[in-house]
Amino acid sequence: MKIVLVSGAVIGSKTVTILNKLKDALQAQSNQVEVVLLDLRQLQMVFSDGRDFREYSGDTLRVATEIMSADALVLGSPVYQAGISGALKNVLDLLPARALADKVTTAVITAGSPRHFLVADYQLKPILNFMKAVPLASSLYVESKDIAGDEIITGEIITRIDRLASDLLLTTETYQAQLQRLEDSLF
Amino acid sequence: MTMADYRIHPENGLEVGIYTLGDRMPDPTTGKISSEKQRIDELVEEATYAEQAGLDYYGLGESHQQYFTNQAHTVILGAIANATQNIKIGSAASIVSTTDPVRLFEDFATLDLLSDGRAEIVGGRASRLGIFDLLGYKYEDYAELFEEKFDLLLQIAANERVTWSGKFRAPLNDIAVYPRPLNGKMPIWRAVGGPAESAIKAGRAGVPMVITTLAGPVSRFKESVDIYRDVLRKNGYDPAEIPVTTAGLFYVAEDMTTALREYYPHVDEGMRLANGYGFDKRAFAAQRDLLQSMNVGDPEAVVEKILYQYEQFGMQRYIAQLDFAGMPHKQVMRQIDYLGEKIVPVVKQYTRAYPKK
Repeated sequence: MKIVLVSGAVIGSKTVTILNKLKDALQAQSNQVEVVLLDLRQLQMVFSDGRDFREYSGDTLRVATEIMSADALVLGSPVYQAGISGALKNVLDLLPARALADKVTTAVITAGSPRHFLVADYQLKPILNFMKAVPLASSLYVESKDIAGDEIITGEIITRIDRLASDLLLTTETYQAQLQRLEDSLF
Repeated sequence: MTMADYRIHPENGLEVGIYTLGDRMPDPTTGKISSEKQRIDELVEEATYAEQAGLDYYGLGESHQQYFTNQAHTVILGAIANATQNIKIGSAASIVSTTDPVRLFEDFATLDLLSDGRAEIVGGRASRLGIFDLLGYKYEDYAELFEEKFDLLLQIAANERVTWSGKFRAPLNDIAVYPRPLNGKMPIWRAVGGPAESAIKAGRAGVPMVITTLAGPVSRFKESVDIYRDVLRKNGYDPAEIPVTTAGLFYVAEDMTTALREYYPHVDEGMRLANGYGFDKRAFAAQRDLLQSMNVGDPEAVVEKILYQYEQFGMQRYIAQLDFAGMPHKQVMRQIDYLGEKIVPVVKQYTRAYPKK
């Protein structure tokens, strides 16, 4: 099983700090899982122009290809102007409309205050639904006060990261197994 | 141009033909792939066999990427013109955006002479972008290139001498383009994908359209066909004089389950190579339904589907894509047998009784 984590910030470290912990948690809970963390700070991306994703090159091609081959996806984003980052939206724009079909998908949102608590549900999830993702009910919202440098200082957040990892593994494993059963019975 | 100028006679029933994108992909069930030479020979043989089976039309696409063998589609069509006597031949589609319309017209007018008046052009915009890099065009000009060149192509077809100027080609000042088609007129169609956008453009220009209905509900494609005819009317054209072709995937076996089982690996792998992701197996299984456009199943089910589509679209020609994604030559020939023996006679019988104009 392959899980891809996308850190949708081109600067700063909060989102990627949480995703790194989530990666550790996923690997600690399952030895069957391959986790790939795509950190947009380290990738040279171009803007989407609507072409077939395979016709991009370099990091842009790599990001699109990794996501297309994933069984599950975690989209991380800081909150900018009451929404997800443009960099993350660009990543989604690179992909075909049904790119997320049969991929269990959830979000990690980092923000400076509690006011944007619903960004994942009200803004990101409608996009994921359109792209036919299998949305995980739970997501994670982390405030600046929970993080100091590269360290998570609120114990509760670590608990929630572990819980998110276990929800994600449970749903993905279950979904994949049932999907296989269903497809085998089709014709 | 009238329906007769397009060489179509609805009172004879629905025209049925085949088309190929010219793909040369590995057979997903065996991994085998034909050599380029072998595949080109197979295309000519399949066209000849289609004529023997009584089919009305053979179309060959133009593609320039890996997994294709029809870069020079007009040359292959020339060989087919020479090997056949009655079947109409055309493109499926010619990439107008990256071709000089003068050359395109010259090629097909020559093909029309070679084939005794059987050649047709279907102009498309390209569904893959590699061709723009290969032939030195800019992807940013994708839409504009096509509109300008297609417009010039239509002008050349309508007038022996042309005065024209545009953005992507040197102007023509009262210049004649030769040769002329056998009877002066040659059908030129616009290739249209599913969405209405291109259908609207075809309607505004009053050109016939070939609409692909690969997979999905018939009702979705009907929307585009209805809009197309509306736009024709609003622009002063008579839809009864301008034909519509539908083009889609086709696979027949003795029973539905066998058809689905044998066909799925090809569609799945073909879509993976073409689009970068496979074909959802559940969506594929749903194609067995009459209301879905993919013509897959036992012969009776496929006849029912084609007749239902005829009822909904009122098209004058249906063309079937038989060889998608590494379908072995032997199986393609078998599909042509099915068409000739079990599908076309029944479809003709019913559609002759209810001609669509």
